[in-house]
Amino acid sequence: MSSSTATEVPQVHKDDVEVFSYDEQITRLFVLATVIWGVIGMLVGLLLALQLPFPEANLGEYLSFGRLRPLHTNAVIFAFAGNAIFAAVYYSTQRLCKTRMYSDWMSRFHFWGWQAIIVSAAITLPLGYTTSKEYAELEWPISIAIAVVWIVFAINFFATLKYRRVKHMYVALWFYIATIITVAVLHVGNNLAIPVGALESYPIYAGVQDAMVQWWYGHNAVAFFLTTPFLGLMYYFLPKAAERPVFSYRLSIVHFWSLIFIYIWAGPHHLIYTAVPEWAATLGMIFSVMLWMPSWGGMINGLFTLRGAWHKLRDSVVLKMFVVGITFYGMATFEGPALSVKSVNALTHYTDWTIGHVHSAALGWNGFMIFGMIYWLLPRLWRTPLWSDKLANAHFWVGTLGILIYVIAMYVSGVTQGLMWRAFDEAGRLMYPDFMETVVQVIPMYWARFIGGALYLAGTLMLVVNVIMTIRNAPATLPDAAQVSARKPVSLEASGDGAAVATAGGDGATPSPSVEEAKESSTTQDDGDDDDDDARPGTKRVQLPSPGDS
Amino acid sequence: MSRFIKKDGMHRSLEGWPLVFTVLTTVAILVGGLVQIVPLMLAGDAETRIDTVEPFTPLELAGRDLYIAEGCVGCHSQAVRPFRHELERYGEYQKAGETVYERPFLWGSKRTGPDLARVGGKYPHLWHVRHMEDPTSTSPGSIMPPYPWMLEKDANLDVLPRKLRALRSLGTPYTDDEVENAVQIAQQQAEEIAREIEQQGGPANLESKQIVALVAYLQRLGTDIDQAPETAEQEHDAGSAMEEPTAEARD
Repeated sequence: MSSSTATEVPQVHKDDVEVFSYDEQITRLFVLATVIWGVIGMLVGLLLALQLPFPEANLGEYLSFGRLRPLHTNAVIFAFAGNAIFAAVYYSTQRLCKTRMYSDWMSRFHFWGWQAIIVSAAITLPLGYTTSKEYAELEWPISIAIAVVWIVFAINFFATLKYRRVKHMYVALWFYIATIITVAVLHVGNNLAIPVGALESYPIYAGVQDAMVQWWYGHNAVAFFLTTPFLGLMYYFLPKAAERPVFSYRLSIVHFWSLIFIYIWAGPHHLIYTAVPEWAATLGMIFSVMLWMPSWGGMINGLFTLRGAWHKLRDSVVLKMFVVGITFYGMATFEGPALSVKSVNALTHYTDWTIGHVHSAALGWNGFMIFGMIYWLLPRLWRTPLWSDKLANAHFWVGTLGILIYVIAMYVSGVTQGLMWRAFDEAGRLMYPDFMETVVQVIPMYWARFIGGALYLAGTLMLVVNVIMTIRNAPATLPDAAQVSARKPVSLEASGDGAAVATAGGDGATPSPSVEEAKESSTTQDDGDDDDDDARPGTKRVQLPSPGDS
Repeated sequence: MSRFIKKDGMHRSLEGWPLVFTVLTTVAILVGGLVQIVPLMLAGDAETRIDTVEPFTPLELAGRDLYIAEGCVGCHSQAVRPFRHELERYGEYQKAGETVYERPFLWGSKRTGPDLARVGGKYPHLWHVRHMEDPTSTSPGSIMPPYPWMLEKDANLDVLPRKLRALRSLGTPYTDDEVENAVQIAQQQAEEIAREIEQQGGPANLESKQIVALVAYLQRLGTDIDQAPETAEQEHDAGSAMEEPTAEARD
C-alpha cells in the first residue's frame, strides 16, 4: 500500500481503542481455489456430457463415465461451491463480527486440508474407490479427514462468534451456523461404515435403512451445502452490492427457521415408489411441497432488496449475476416441490429432468451467486479495479445462455423419456419395449446439453482471464488493513453519541470517528457489517499501528 | 408470533446468544431425520423379510463391488416401481425384503440405461460378456461405455473372507464355513460360470477374470423371489401394486 507509516489517532486515546485487522489472505486463497476447481469440475462435466452422445469419448478404464460422474459431482459441489462458501464465510464473518478469525492457523489448516481432500478425491474416484452413495462417494479415510477439517472449521468459526465485537448476529451468520452444524451431523450419520480395506468399506445400514439415511444426507447436502450457505452469501453480498438494506427482517426470521426445519424432512422424495414405506415417501412429498414457501421467502427477500435499485443492474455485473442466480433459485425451488409430487415424480424420476433440475440450481443459483461474489470481491481483495467489465458482462450473457440451453435440453429429454417409457399401444402392449429406442431418441438433446455446458464453461474461462489480469495489476504487497474499534462493545443505546470508533479507510492521516461504524441498525437490517461502503479500490488506506507498536 | 419477530423482539435477543441460537438450530434440524429414520431402525426388517432371499455368494459379492467401483449405479437403477409399464418392461416390482443384504443399497436415481433389478436370468452369460466388452455388439445404438478390461483383469478374491467377516458382524448370516472358505467357494462358482460361457461359444479361461464375478452378480439380481411361495400377503401386495398404474394410466 502507498503508506505504511504509523499515524496518530486524533481525539481518541489509544487505550480506548483496539486495533485489529481482517485476514484477507484466507479469502484470497479460497477465491483462487474456487476458480481453479470450478474450471476442473466443469471440464469433467463437459467430458461426461460428450460421453453420452459420443461413447468413444470414454477414454479407458480411469476416464469412463461411471468413474468420472462422482468426480464431477464432488468437484463442483465440494471443491467449486465448497471453496466459494468458505471464501464467503471467511470474508463476511470477520466483518459481521468485527473481529479477525479466531485462529489464522486453523484457517490455513482448513484451507490446505480441504484442498488435500479434493485432490485425494480426484485420485481415488477414477481409480474406482467409491462407496457409490451419491455425494458421499469418498471412502472412509477421506471421510474421516473431511470430518476433522470440518470440526476445525467449526471451532474457528464459533470461537470467532464468541469474540465478536457486534452484539447481534446478522442473518448471514444464522445460515452459516445452520450449515456448519447440519453438514457435520449429516456427514457423520451417513458415512458410518466398517472398513474392509485401505479404501473399501461397507455401510452399517442395509437396504431400506441405507436408502433412507443416504437420502436424508443427499437431499440435505443440497439443503445445507448448496442452499443455506448460499443464502448467507446472498444476505451479505447482495445488500453490499446493491447498497440497500435487506428487504425484511421479519421475513428473514420466518424463512430461516422454517427452511432449516422443513428441509430435513424432504429427503424421502428421492425414494417415491421404491421399497421404502409409503408413509415415509408421503412425508417426504408433503414436506417438499411445504418447502416451497420458505424457499421463496429467501428469494423474495433477495429480489425485493433491490427495490429502488433495479437501475443499478445496468452497470453492475455483480448485481446481474445475483439477480439471475436468485431467480434460478426461485425456479429450482418451485420445480423441486413439483417434482416431488407423486404423480409428477412417477413421470420424471429416473429421467434427464432430474439432471436439468439439478443444473438449473447448480449452474444458475450456485454458479451465478459465486461468480457475482467473485466479481465483487476481486477489486476489494486485490485492491485493483476489475481488469475488464466488458469481459465480465460477456461472461454473464454467455453463461446465462449456456444454462438455458442446458436446462431446456434436459427438460425436453426428460419428458420424452418419461412419456416413452410409459407409452402403451392400442393393444395394451408397451409402445417402446426396446429400451434402446428411448435412448436413441434423446441423443440430439445430449448434444444440445453439451453445447449449453460448453458455453457455461466458456463463461467461466472468461472469469479466469479476468482474475488473472486483475491480480497481475494488483499491488505487490497486500497487507491487511487495520481496523479500529472502541474497546468496550458499543451498545445500541450508545450509538449516535459519538462512539469512539475510527475508520481506517479515511483518506490521509485523519481517520474520523464514525457514528455509522458503530451503529447497528435496529429498524431494518442493513447490509450487516460495519465496513466502509464508500471505500473503493484505489482509496488510500492508512496503516495504523499494530497493538504491539508504540 | 409478532412478539417474537418484531424489531427488538425476542428473536433480537436470541441473535445475541450464539450458543442458544446454535442449540435451537440443532434441535430444528434433528427432528425430521429422527421421526423418519428412527422408526425404521427400530422396526428392523422383521416385517418385510422374505424367506427365500439369501445373502450374496462370495463371487456375487465380488461382482457387486466391481459394479460399485465402475459406477454402474450412475446410469442403472435397481428399483422397479409398481407401475404397469414397469412391470411389463422389467418384471415384478422391487420389495423391501429383497434388499436386506444390500450394503450399500444400489437403487440408483437415474435410468440412462434400463433398470437392472430383475436382469438376472434375462440373458445368457455370454450376452453379458459380449455386452461388457462392447455394448454395441449386443445392443446396436447403445451409448454405454465398453469395459474390455474386465475380461483381462483378475478379480480380487483374496479379500473376500475379510469382506464376509465384516458383513457378518453387521448381521448378514454367513456361516463359518462360508467365511473361511470364501475364496474356494468363489473360485468354484467362477469355474462353473466360465465353463458355461465357453459352452455358449465364448472365450475360454475367464474363470479368474473380473467379468465372471460381475456376471455372477448380474445373473443373481432379482431372482430370489422366483422361488418364493405365493403367500396371501404377497398377493395383497401385488394387488395394491396394480392399483397404482391404473391411476397413473388415467393421467
